[in-house]
Amino acid sequence: MADEVVLLDFWASPFGMRVRIALAEKGINYEYKEEDLRNKSPLLLQSNPVHKKIPVLIHNGKPIAESLIAVQYIDEVWNDASPLLPSDPYQRAQARFWADYVDKKIYEIGRNIIWKKNEEREAAKKEFIDCLKLLEEQLGDKTYFGGDKLGYVDIALVPFYTWFKGYETLGNFNIESECPKLIAWAKRCLQKESVSKSLHDQDKIYESIVEIRKKLGIE
Amino acid sequence: MAASGENVQLLGIVGSPFVCRVQIALKLKGVEYEFVEQTLGQKSELLLKYNPVHKKVPVLAHNEKPIAESLVILEYIDETWKSNPILPSEPYQRAMARFWSKFIDDKVVDTTWKSVFTVEEEEREKRIEELSEALQFLENELKDKFFGGEEFGLVDIAAVFVAFYVPLFQEIAGLHLFTAEKFPKLYDWSQDFLNHPVVKESLPPRDPLFAFFKGRYESLTASK
Repeated sequence: MADEVVLLDFWASPFGMRVRIALAEKGINYEYKEEDLRNKSPLLLQSNPVHKKIPVLIHNGKPIAESLIAVQYIDEVWNDASPLLPSDPYQRAQARFWADYVDKKIYEIGRNIIWKKNEEREAAKKEFIDCLKLLEEQLGDKTYFGGDKLGYVDIALVPFYTWFKGYETLGNFNIESECPKLIAWAKRCLQKESVSKSLHDQDKIYESIVEIRKKLGIE
Repeated sequence: MAASGENVQLLGIVGSPFVCRVQIALKLKGVEYEFVEQTLGQKSELLLKYNPVHKKVPVLAHNEKPIAESLVILEYIDETWKSNPILPSEPYQRAMARFWSKFIDDKVVDTTWKSVFTVEEEEREKRIEELSEALQFLENELKDKFFGGEEFGLVDIAAVFVAFYVPLFQEIAGLHLFTAEKFPKLYDWSQDFLNHPVVKESLPPRDPLFAFFKGRYESLTASK
């Protein structure tokens, strides 16, 4: 029986990008469905009634919500090639820890840089850089967080690179000067087709942020 | 049983729901461990060494290799000690178990805290409503004796917060949110879970915990 794989997603979502990368790494054919977040489809509401959010992976009609849970699911089902998580339990725990760290910190703090002002924005910028530096330390001299191959933490983090121009412009700072190794890592990831085809470019994302801010009447 | 040469330490605080989760899992699997009690408000050198990122409990140290974050620890325990599995073996069921455990962390824990410890009434009412919705989702999800089926699993362990702490907090605040009338299946589940011998052994003593949080509640509401 052929597998039917559908991804309910939104183009600019870093969470959606994670699932796209995982699917691409495994060479899985799937149907991409773009959601209008102001007018969510019945399929989305039915597939993720709890959170009503994207991404949702639907495999043979069975929905899986939450990006990191979907990525782990993909790794466990399509386990014949390109493992995303390490095989050693301790290494797996570390990978899960750092992916959770990205979830807890990068998205929330990044949002504050974009949407807050003055002291709150400055505080968010500082915290953001501290978090990136910690991640850079974790990366060390490895090619990827996963070692020689792209792995779980790389997949969790690299989509946020597409939002960096947004953070930098609105926050008035330069991430590369603070975290050159991390930027180098992101560019290495982008050399992989699974990543480059899953991410959108920073300019496009930045433009959409500007547009939303205009619509909301924020200068 | 701890194999010879194995050393398992759990850095924790008695009363922490997250630490409690880890204790349930370790006891379920018969893992011998040393509970290294931490003091609330103080960060020991060992804690700072083992969890420099978040500086919080629980931290499990297995042969001095530390793991932090309760749900990450639970998966590690399940992968390392194979008796009495906590996670299902089938990938979709595993994804569902992870989803509902995360749901409890994202939608229940913080909301419960805020539904008790928020001073502003309108804000508090909103949190109470949110908590009620979250409990309803769990009520609807419960199909067997436990979330894990005939035996308890990851979601049940994560939900010790619902079984033990939600009733404690609601008693302190005089709420009647989680009742047998409103959530019959979830209520029955909570009784079955709390009375399971492994869980019973892992729960903190209720009275000191109650007194501690009641004190905090009273000073918060007095200062209104």
